[in-house]
Amino acid sequence: MAASKSEKSTFASIPELVAFQAHNIPNSPAYREKEYGIWQSWSWSEAAEEIDALALGFLTLGVAKGDYIAIIGRNRPHFYWSMIAAQSVGAIPVPVYQDAVAEELVYVLDHCGAKFVLAENQEQVDKVLEIKKGLKALEHIIFLDNRGMRKYDRANLHDFKDLQNKGRDSEKKFTKTLASRRKAIKSSDVCVMLYTSGTTGRPKGVILSNHNIIKTSEASSSFDKLNASDNVLAYLPMAWVGDFIFSIGQACWTGFCVSCPENTETMQQDLKEIGPTYFFAPPRYFEGLLTNVMIRMEDASAVKRFLFSYFMDHAQKIGGNLLDGHSVSVIDKLKYAIGQLFIYGPLRNTLGLSNVRVGYTAGEAIGPEIFDFYRSIGINLKQLYGQTEASVYITQQPDGQVRSDTVGIASPGVELKISDSGEVFYRSPGTFVEYFKNPKSTKETKDAEGWVATGDAGFIEAETGHLRIIDRAKDVGKMEDGHLFAPKYVENKLKFFPNVLECVVFGAGRKFCTAFINIDLNAVGNWAERNNIAYSSYQELAGHKNVYEMIKDHINETNESLADDDMLSGCQIHRFVILHKELDADDGELTRTRKVRRRVIEDKFHDLINALYDGSSEVYTETEVTYEDGTKGAISATLAIADVTPVAQKGKAA
Amino acid sequence: MTATDSYQTPDGRTIGPNVMEMRNISLRFGGVKAIQDISFDIHEGEIRAIIGPNGAGKSSMLNVINGFYHPQEGEILYKGEVRKPMKPYEIAYQGIARTFQNIALFKGMSTLDNIMTGRLTHMKTGMLEQIIWSGRAEREEVENRAFVEHIIDFLEIQTIRKTPVGRLPYGLQKRVELGRALAAEPSLLLLDEPMAGMNVEEKEDMSRFILDVNDEFGTTIALIEHDMGVVMDIADRVVVMDYGKKIGDGTPSEVRNNQDVIDAYLGVSHD
Repeated sequence: MAASKSEKSTFASIPELVAFQAHNIPNSPAYREKEYGIWQSWSWSEAAEEIDALALGFLTLGVAKGDYIAIIGRNRPHFYWSMIAAQSVGAIPVPVYQDAVAEELVYVLDHCGAKFVLAENQEQVDKVLEIKKGLKALEHIIFLDNRGMRKYDRANLHDFKDLQNKGRDSEKKFTKTLASRRKAIKSSDVCVMLYTSGTTGRPKGVILSNHNIIKTSEASSSFDKLNASDNVLAYLPMAWVGDFIFSIGQACWTGFCVSCPENTETMQQDLKEIGPTYFFAPPRYFEGLLTNVMIRMEDASAVKRFLFSYFMDHAQKIGGNLLDGHSVSVIDKLKYAIGQLFIYGPLRNTLGLSNVRVGYTAGEAIGPEIFDFYRSIGINLKQLYGQTEASVYITQQPDGQVRSDTVGIASPGVELKISDSGEVFYRSPGTFVEYFKNPKSTKETKDAEGWVATGDAGFIEAETGHLRIIDRAKDVGKMEDGHLFAPKYVENKLKFFPNVLECVVFGAGRKFCTAFINIDLNAVGNWAERNNIAYSSYQELAGHKNVYEMIKDHINETNESLADDDMLSGCQIHRFVILHKELDADDGELTRTRKVRRRVIEDKFHDLINALYDGSSEVYTETEVTYEDGTKGAISATLAIADVTPVAQKGKAA
Repeated sequence: MTATDSYQTPDGRTIGPNVMEMRNISLRFGGVKAIQDISFDIHEGEIRAIIGPNGAGKSSMLNVINGFYHPQEGEILYKGEVRKPMKPYEIAYQGIARTFQNIALFKGMSTLDNIMTGRLTHMKTGMLEQIIWSGRAEREEVENRAFVEHIIDFLEIQTIRKTPVGRLPYGLQKRVELGRALAAEPSLLLLDEPMAGMNVEEKEDMSRFILDVNDEFGTTIALIEHDMGVVMDIADRVVVMDYGKKIGDGTPSEVRNNQDVIDAYLGVSHD
């Protein structure tokens, strides 16, 4: 089994990579999990043994080639082994979101025809048993945590450890079968099937081959120079493609250690203890963390507050430059070093991000000031753009070229193109094979030449080659004069102001853009208190002329930044109104996940939209509201409409 | 008078012979008769509930079992022997642990330290040995800490391991208290209103833990509870008290159909 590093790229499967690591770095830690208050760890050779035992156990249960094995639970080393063990015997692992309710679960398990289910604990087993009637293919359930399982009928229910022991006992009988099954895995075989959550319609099963995963892991590991001494904390859902790439693909490729938190709630504490060098989190995680820091700073003593703001101001100026390797004056460097000692270092430690060498965020737009905050204190936070169908990576930011408004350059091996309608297409070694049992969707998404539609509209900056995502392709429109109209892009910009809770921008097919603004009662309320502005209700505060002035400033700022942008300068807001009520899911104006429902709002507030475009300076409106107990009422108000002078585009007259 | 045999529960568990028997217990505080001539038994491995309206004498009964009150009349048999009047700590050494209706934790100490105090009855090294940190004291500390970590894992309170108990919400404090009682590895666990003041979800969690403790460790549990629904769901047998007297005793379904019990709960006028 001796294989040199260069031979690594000829490997066809994950089990081969594991065997390579177990031979090459047998005593390095592969997986860690905190249990009973102590970090338990498994070296690569131990992990390989656990995987073998389980694979043999699978054979005793009669797992056949091409069977689907579903995995339901939080991140645990045992589940990562399960996926690799499943691959070892020619089966296909299907990790499922652990918080899926029974109906979602029944769809996924039935759709893939899972014969075996690995469930974490009694709760998950109960969920599967509840829907068992609808699952004809299901034969065996294997559980990890035996607590409360004493009274269950064990006919088709197995304890994970018992199964491993059974596998060890029958090693003689099955070891040849295991070896031959492992050898038979081809690079084009299915590596994993992942269900995309899908905002519309049923979830789709994305099939990724060994080739997809291994090539992607190879390319992305070398892009960020990941190596065996790195370590990650695996806390994002196992059913998400990112976790599969980080905790299995890249981990097995480079041999770095994957640590699993004690449980979901202890993540922050475990993060601090592990101090990962490679870290991924969605923007809202970084946002929440920053908010916590700020709240705690407000409660700190005056001296500490002064030091914090003094050094943070300095960090904002030069921290990012230092990270990007730009030249910085000696005095500034010295000042930064002092700040490092007293503020940045301890802060990074508290956040658990002391050792982060490569940090990524993705999924949605991140506020520039949030992004800059982390970079300024020396955390190499970058952005990437990806999706399940691409085995994560489409674009990512190389060190030294990090910006908050782009998602980076094409990842190694990825080709990009922008269609005439502005939609982003890509083609890469990581491009998925197909949607499971869904040739129609596969055809719609991936064309014959292998180009995949992302559903996002964007453009590539000519001078830097960075991709910028504007909006979902279906939301992007044209204005009357042919300018691009990207409402969400503008809305996101506005929502980065703490005072703006929600906003809706109009302008498709119109001469200019207008906006509805919802103020954030907490932030604006605080501001009002500080400025001695008395108000008795949300409506009154929203209509206050000083609030209008403040929002106008925000919009001016937004317009200025839009004016810098050739493509989007047409999206500057000319007129706006501050709504007299908060947009609410109970009234159908937002979805339950707080996404704006454009059509509903256009319909409901058509009188306000008319007023925004007919030049009137105020409008009387009556709106129906639904109270929490379901009863309906109406509120009426006369709302002021404010004009904003758009900023002239650079080099052109307005 | 009461059966000492083992029996089978409807869900198929085998309940052992009785471990504790109350014989004609009466307890008075001055002129107030808190408990009047009550007899019942607790079998090994069962979940035995004592229910009744406010002021029925439930907590007094628990305090009698616990050795905190000494009844004026009657005798208590524990593991077949008549129990002499004892101090509560002596009873703790006999393997009886309890929780309290209004939480009696050390508020300034962490969850971990609070549960560690429950291991006191299992520590053999004296203060001197612990001060000089002898090998034996260290070994003992490690063993006990490991045991406590299993309880923390069992009760799913890893998040609050190091949090001072006083900062925890009520429901979690109750859970820590249960943890401390479990740390003593009791053969009989007494729970005084484990669900009082909890919301529905917390009650469901607590019920789950009580059932799991019974199932996993085979601990005999006697509990007092207000919430009829919970009791009927988890108890094997129920004693019903009203005004210091026993008005019913049997399985939940028997008790539910007992006319005296219905009257006591629905509030018939008492003559």
